[in-house]
Amino acid sequence: MKHTISVLVEDRFGELPRIIGLFSARGQVIESLTVSPTLEAKISSLTIVTSGDEPTIEKMVKVLNKQVRVLSAFDVTKLDHIEREMAFIKVKVNSETERQKVLNLASVFNAKVVDASEEGFIIEATGDCNTVRGLITALKPLGVQEVVRTGAVAIQRLPEAAEKMVSGF
Amino acid sequence: MTTTRKHYPLALAATAVLEDPLPTAPPQMMRGAKILCEALLQEGVDTIFGYPGGAVLHIYDELYNYRDQLHHVLVRHEQGAVHMAEGYAKATGRVGVALVTSGPGATNAITGIADAALDSVPLVVISGNVPSKLIGTDAFQEVDTVGLTRQCTKYNYLVRDVNDLAEVVKEAFHIASSGRPGPVLIDIPKDVSGELAPFVYPSHLNLRAYQSQTFGDPFAVRQAVEMMCNARQPILYVGGGVVHSAGAAELLALAERLALPVTPTLMGLGCFPSGHPLSLGMLGMHGTYWANMAISYADVIVAIGVRFDDRVTGALNKFAPHAEIIHVDIDPCSINKNRVVQVGIEGDAKSVMAQMLELLPAEACASSPARLAAWWQQIDEWKAYSPLTYQNSDSEIKPQYLVEQLYQLTHGDAIIASDVGQHQMWVAQYYPFNGTRQWLTSGGLGTMGFGVPAALGAQIAFPERQVVAFVGDGGFQMTAQELSTAVQYQTNLKVIIMNNGFLGMVRQWQEIFYDKTYSHVEMLSQPDFVKLAEAYGATGLRVADPAQLRSVLAQGLNTPGVVVIDVVVSEEENVFPMVPTGAGLTEMKLS
Repeated sequence: MKHTISVLVEDRFGELPRIIGLFSARGQVIESLTVSPTLEAKISSLTIVTSGDEPTIEKMVKVLNKQVRVLSAFDVTKLDHIEREMAFIKVKVNSETERQKVLNLASVFNAKVVDASEEGFIIEATGDCNTVRGLITALKPLGVQEVVRTGAVAIQRLPEAAEKMVSGF
Repeated sequence: MTTTRKHYPLALAATAVLEDPLPTAPPQMMRGAKILCEALLQEGVDTIFGYPGGAVLHIYDELYNYRDQLHHVLVRHEQGAVHMAEGYAKATGRVGVALVTSGPGATNAITGIADAALDSVPLVVISGNVPSKLIGTDAFQEVDTVGLTRQCTKYNYLVRDVNDLAEVVKEAFHIASSGRPGPVLIDIPKDVSGELAPFVYPSHLNLRAYQSQTFGDPFAVRQAVEMMCNARQPILYVGGGVVHSAGAAELLALAERLALPVTPTLMGLGCFPSGHPLSLGMLGMHGTYWANMAISYADVIVAIGVRFDDRVTGALNKFAPHAEIIHVDIDPCSINKNRVVQVGIEGDAKSVMAQMLELLPAEACASSPARLAAWWQQIDEWKAYSPLTYQNSDSEIKPQYLVEQLYQLTHGDAIIASDVGQHQMWVAQYYPFNGTRQWLTSGGLGTMGFGVPAALGAQIAFPERQVVAFVGDGGFQMTAQELSTAVQYQTNLKVIIMNNGFLGMVRQWQEIFYDKTYSHVEMLSQPDFVKLAEAYGATGLRVADPAQLRSVLAQGLNTPGVVVIDVVVSEEENVFPMVPTGAGLTEMKLS
């Protein structure tokens, strides 16, 4: 099963390879990884998507927490959280019909056209990983040429928001 | 009013002067190499095991000025330097320090660093590197030392600014020696050790993400004590964590008050007196029959400072199937790693045992002997069924007999370092250690070549003590050149080679599991170890006759200076009992 692990780490030389190395040293595959600055200077946030059963992930989180510069590491998947990723999808179109189909699909998935030419579009899609994958799958028969994805970022929901959540939000 | 000199930022300087009427002398400017030496002195270092080279020339130049305060031991190979630092650290409990140059100096040190990581040995390894501006250019003797050592150190640093150096050294010593100890590497590019900076030794650490828990969760400790007091077939399974935390007294009290059987791991030997009636001897692959049976049939296992290593548990799915487990360890990652436990207590072994002792109800202690009578009777039956024994011989020296003689001649007081293999297991079985920091062995990484340099590190720490490197003829030849170091520093190191002409443990496995196909395990050409010792300026002795063993050993141990004793033993003796890989502890081969 997929797990999203959130890590806060002091931003020092060599911390990123150290953390990545912890995964490879244990035969764990990193499916996606994002690194970004946080509100606090010299603290970085990492979101790591990996697969494994509960005990494996639990051990991984413990090992991460043990690191000298890791402030916190936790399995976001266990918590009520919001997860998003973004993708650019380059689609080639051969006819007006295909053009319309692409635009329709983009609108169904709440995706934006960020570049267009006679040849096709670049679509910017944002959503949870399933949504992004869904759009890519739907566009594939029309001629997807290239996809770049950011990998997931995740955040724990506000405690109240979880209760008041409106359907469709 | 404090008179500590601080490096005040400019804006605060005026205020500082107002608060402190004494004139504030600016911190002294020093080059990186001198800052390093000063920082090492601040950390109480007096001995460094090292090997010079281009990238550490500034440091060596400065070490010459500090030669009266920082005793530098010039080794013959960097692996030796790190093993010596390990031996020094294991014997003293202090942080061992090694110094190596860039490139091959660093790569040679890696075996020792990995060894220290697996056996939780506190080390600070300092490596030089090429000048900052050459990093990444494939410069002469350049390797990415921090990259190579990242996964085999507890932490490592590349010092990119000389102004950071003092702080890095302070952090490194703290990280190496606190929590679960381990090796920390500091990589210093040549320009950094040559540049000037003000020397201010930081008064506090800036390690906000790093902390370790000393005392255990009181609720969990209470629960553990309750389980221990109600158990019918309990056992204490104890290891290196008790040694590191200096918890032997607490362990003894805990065991005695509840009349608990105690089995130490290879790394824990000596943390509980081997001659004590509650001691079952070592458990695991070559542990005693009764220790392995006892842990297999236990209802409560109290595991303290251990990590459920595969050499201890045998097949995990067959390990102690009926037991509820209490696991005390300073490393939270060790808890529930290999075996799911009922009560996991993160904390320092000594402190948690002290907590347990405080909670022990007097009634439970008083009733323990009666409650555990049947259990002890069972253990005694196991002990009688298969005691630790071997067939002695008049014609050839049995390795077990050799270890027994060594024990008698050293009164069990020597510091013994071993390599890895059969001889290591025989020492573990037949040299009953009664104290901690007496047994220096490579348990986790299983590093051949560890014995001689580790023993030398301990001998340099304790020049007056009897220190013996007990090694095989295979492992000895991996680091034999350190005899030269031992002679140069006029030590009294004694080396006993258990010489069977084979890579004995591999041969034993080939005999048992590969139908005696002895594939490349026979040392058909050996140097004359007596002449080799003499060539190094040491004394060499040889003995092959069991009748002469004792006198030759005694002669060797009593001869001042470095002595190598080549003891020719039976070629094909096996270590028993033995738990085959993949088998459970109860499925031991007894002979």
